[in-house]
Amino acid sequence: MTRMASPSARLDVRARNVAGRVRRASGWVRRWYGANPLHLLALLAAFALAGYAVHAVIAAGQWTGFAVWFAVAIIGHDLLLFPLYSLADLSLRHLLPGGSHGRLPGVKPATRGPFEAFQSAGAQPVDTRPAPGPPPTAAAPGAAAQPGSGAPAWPPLLNYVRIPVIFSLLLLLTFFPMILGLSAPELHRASGLGTGPYVWRWLGVTGAMFAISAAAYALSTRRAAGRARPGGRRD
Amino acid sequence: MAGIRGPRQRAASQRPAANDRWVARRQRMARRRRAFSASAAAERERAARLARRAADTARDAARHPAEHPPPGPFRPGTWRSPLRGLWLTSVLAVVLLAGLTIVAVTGLLSYAAYDPLLGSNDTTPGANLLKFYLFTWPTHPSWWYRVDQGVHVTLGLALLPIVLMKLWSVLPRLFAWPPVRSLAQILERLSLIMVVGGVLFEFATGILNIQDFYVFPFSFYTAHLYGAWVFIAGLVIHVTLKFPRMMRGLRSRSLRRELRTPLAGTQPEEPDEAGLRAARPGVPTISRRGLLAAVGGASLTLAGLVAGQSIGGLARRTSLFGPRGLSATAPHYLPVNRTAASIGLTAQEVGPTYRLTLAGAHHLMLTYEQLRALPQQAVELPIACVEGWSYSARWTGVRLGDLARMAGMPEPAGALVESIQQIGSWRAVTLSAGQVLDPQSLLAVTLNGHILPWDHGYPARTIIPNAPGVHNTKWVNKITFLRQV
Repeated sequence: MTRMASPSARLDVRARNVAGRVRRASGWVRRWYGANPLHLLALLAAFALAGYAVHAVIAAGQWTGFAVWFAVAIIGHDLLLFPLYSLADLSLRHLLPGGSHGRLPGVKPATRGPFEAFQSAGAQPVDTRPAPGPPPTAAAPGAAAQPGSGAPAWPPLLNYVRIPVIFSLLLLLTFFPMILGLSAPELHRASGLGTGPYVWRWLGVTGAMFAISAAAYALSTRRAAGRARPGGRRD
Repeated sequence: MAGIRGPRQRAASQRPAANDRWVARRQRMARRRRAFSASAAAERERAARLARRAADTARDAARHPAEHPPPGPFRPGTWRSPLRGLWLTSVLAVVLLAGLTIVAVTGLLSYAAYDPLLGSNDTTPGANLLKFYLFTWPTHPSWWYRVDQGVHVTLGLALLPIVLMKLWSVLPRLFAWPPVRSLAQILERLSLIMVVGGVLFEFATGILNIQDFYVFPFSFYTAHLYGAWVFIAGLVIHVTLKFPRMMRGLRSRSLRRELRTPLAGTQPEEPDEAGLRAARPGVPTISRRGLLAAVGGASLTLAGLVAGQSIGGLARRTSLFGPRGLSATAPHYLPVNRTAASIGLTAQEVGPTYRLTLAGAHHLMLTYEQLRALPQQAVELPIACVEGWSYSARWTGVRLGDLARMAGMPEPAGALVESIQQIGSWRAVTLSAGQVLDPQSLLAVTLNGHILPWDHGYPARTIIPNAPGVHNTKWVNKITFLRQV
């Protein structure tokens, strides 16, 4: 340390000092902030852009309505629409066979539990022979499935009801102003047209979807029955 | 009980012949009493232990709230769907990343198509920096705006089910406990308001607007534009922060294998870094491929039931939910987005007293007959509405360039086209020089071989190639050719 350092060595030392200081500062930000400093910079840039757009909304004098609609959009989806459709789905699963609880009365489950079927590698949907192994335990995934008792197996009905219902409700959610005629006055003023046909189109499309679903269900029932018949197994 | 009765019965059978049955009975009863009081004591002990544990938990929860989520959605056990997981969320995310980018770009192009930098066109004067990308909207190709808005609206509708599914897949994270761990996380969660609020706001306003359901307390044009910028800011930062995780998610499972896996083989994903997989997944009721097929099917159904309004031809008959899809009442008639009745147009305004004023180097006034007597041109051009519907039609009329020459200004910098219409938006539009001088730009007087219907702007309307529908001014009564715009 006492001897004189060459100019290049001194520069080197200074560079190392600067690098160390940057590293220390970055470490300090990381501890204090909880992420890389770049994370903070990127977020601030995004907030700046959004803030500028919001400033423009304020300048246009439409701030309150804008904020209310923004909040209602989030709350309406996360705390209203989502719980409602989850509840509806849960109810449907309890009511219909194929759900986590429902089965057709007096009919054994058509498939083995999804876990056991996967683990028993063969994954044969319905086996009429008594399965070897320990007795079935409903609650424990991994246990052997209840062997079919020879009764014709019905494929789970759940998705054949759930899917057309979802499609129909999605159409209603999207086009409710026209389907329910709520936008009839403005639509008429703008285009001279009415909203009358839309409710019938919605009902028609809904009916068509249920018809397709019913046909698909009938088809899969036939297939399941074909498999269940002795010697009719296709695997 | 079995444990108690077993040894007792064994003991009784081993007892020597009943010389003292009474004593044995006394002993038995005493044992039973002791057992009962012992079990009662054990019960009391257990209750006390439970109470102590509950009190401990409560004290601990008060001291360390981070480790004790409140009941309901904050408990990880509430979320049971076995399909939630990083892979599913990533698949939906990558589709949305591509789709929403296209919707955003077509939307921003549509804003450019309104030429907000020209004269009186700008209805959003508050945001000059957001106009950084604007350019003079071209007149070629004439189908560009039609395609742009068809894609914007149709693809937007197609993405609605995917947006809802994506929100479903990440909703447990809204209730993550503890809600915040660091300042970085607070800011990141705040930025999600921009993405989630933004996408829902844009979809809600857009979908209501195409159905003319103006329930919002703001101008659609302004709010949809500024809302888009809030959303874009949120989307860019969200993608920046989450892209590596999305890629890891996509790589975590094989799409091809998922598409071959039926319900019977559907298993929960592996627990992931994002905590999207349920802590205690339930039994699946639909396969992962079934879920993707349902979402994709819903997407195609929504888009398919409107797309015909932008495609035209025979496809128009499939547009069951297009607000102008099946509406044409006569073969020569096109739908409109403003009727003559809605602006209170009177027979007097368009009757014999009608005059078209041309202003430029000099002023002149034309009667309807004089206008019809000028050299007429025929063009085939679409009317394309910002709401997504479009119709191609044959128009005849006088070239705007010819009218400019008549006004003594053959090379104008632009033109201000005004309408008889006194109320409502877009009653005056500033056109660029390129739009005025394009040989296809007409002041049209016929539509598909018929005199313009009132709703289509009788006596005369402009038709400009590649311009948004509302820039084709109806019921034109004055055109001012400008030296500068």
